[in-house]
Amino acid sequence: MWLGLWLGVFGLAVGVVVGLNIPVMLPQAYAKFLSIAALAALDSVFGGIRAAMEDNFDNAIFISGLFSNALLAAGLAYAGDRLGIDLYLAAVVAFGVRLFQNLAIIRRYLLKKSKKGNSH
Amino acid sequence: MKGLQWTLAVGGLILGIMLAYQFRVTSEINKTEPVQRTQLLALQLNQLKEDRDSLQEQVNSLRTEFDRVSAGPQDIELKEGLDQARILAGVTELSGPGVEVTLNDSNITLKPGENPNLYVLHDEDVLHVLNELRAAGAEAISINGQRLLAGTEVRCTGPTIVLNRDKRLAPPYVISAIGDPNTLESAIKLKGGVAETLQFWGIQVGVKKMSQVTVPAYSGGIKFEYAQAAG
Repeated sequence: MWLGLWLGVFGLAVGVVVGLNIPVMLPQAYAKFLSIAALAALDSVFGGIRAAMEDNFDNAIFISGLFSNALLAAGLAYAGDRLGIDLYLAAVVAFGVRLFQNLAIIRRYLLKKSKKGNSH
Repeated sequence: MKGLQWTLAVGGLILGIMLAYQFRVTSEINKTEPVQRTQLLALQLNQLKEDRDSLQEQVNSLRTEFDRVSAGPQDIELKEGLDQARILAGVTELSGPGVEVTLNDSNITLKPGENPNLYVLHDEDVLHVLNELRAAGAEAISINGQRLLAGTEVRCTGPTIVLNRDKRLAPPYVISAIGDPNTLESAIKLKGGVAETLQFWGIQVGVKKMSQVTVPAYSGGIKFEYAQAAG
């Protein structure tokens, strides 16, 4: 489980390096959609870490959730843009709330663990 | 549990790419000029281009006119008249025999209680010298390289004098005058004349006869706002 966490961090580091060195730039009009997709991916990864902490992590759920969340969020933002509704706000709120929830659960879990470790 | 590792790594990788890329795009957006500013600048650019084109057209038409005039049959009398008028107006450099008068402040050390104003070169002193030179038939005069025109004033501005509205001159003043050197020299050095009066106060007056004096042209613009040819 800890290995998984570290691998996630490692992947994040590699991804940051790759992302900073991508030679092509996205047109600025699409920056909004990418930002929503990034938020969705962030939520998925935190969800994955939480699941790993709770020992009910599932590869299929994680990967499918990652992609479907990111694509749906970006698609929602795009549709909202076409329709003149700020639909991306829905994605921001939904993923934002879930992000904090996941973070809170991870925090509690870690605290519980460290307490257990201290008592030993 | 075996698959856990690689999916989290892949998820982290994707997330990292997205975040880093998003960071770059955002900083790129912040660096880019806003659209309105760009439009404003484009507008100004077009305006200035139009201005430039119209000015260029003006230059071209004036050039063609100039070419036409100068290439046309030349009226010698007219040309001579023009040259004469230019000399009179002071917009041509002139040279000829004449004198060079140098004026500088007094070198006498003041006694206590004496008025220092008496020992300083004033605009009036310069005017006296100029007047004397003109009376003696000086045809063209300049002070420190500033041409004296028909309408040139000599005014006091503290330790300096002002000529031709905005040309500020400081002592020593070198007055170049074209005319008969002997007449000019004696006009200044006359017994009881301007040089003697000034030298009484210790003001340094030097007159040098020259076989060749150059008086520069007036470099500013001459504009008549109110006066126009009558009749």
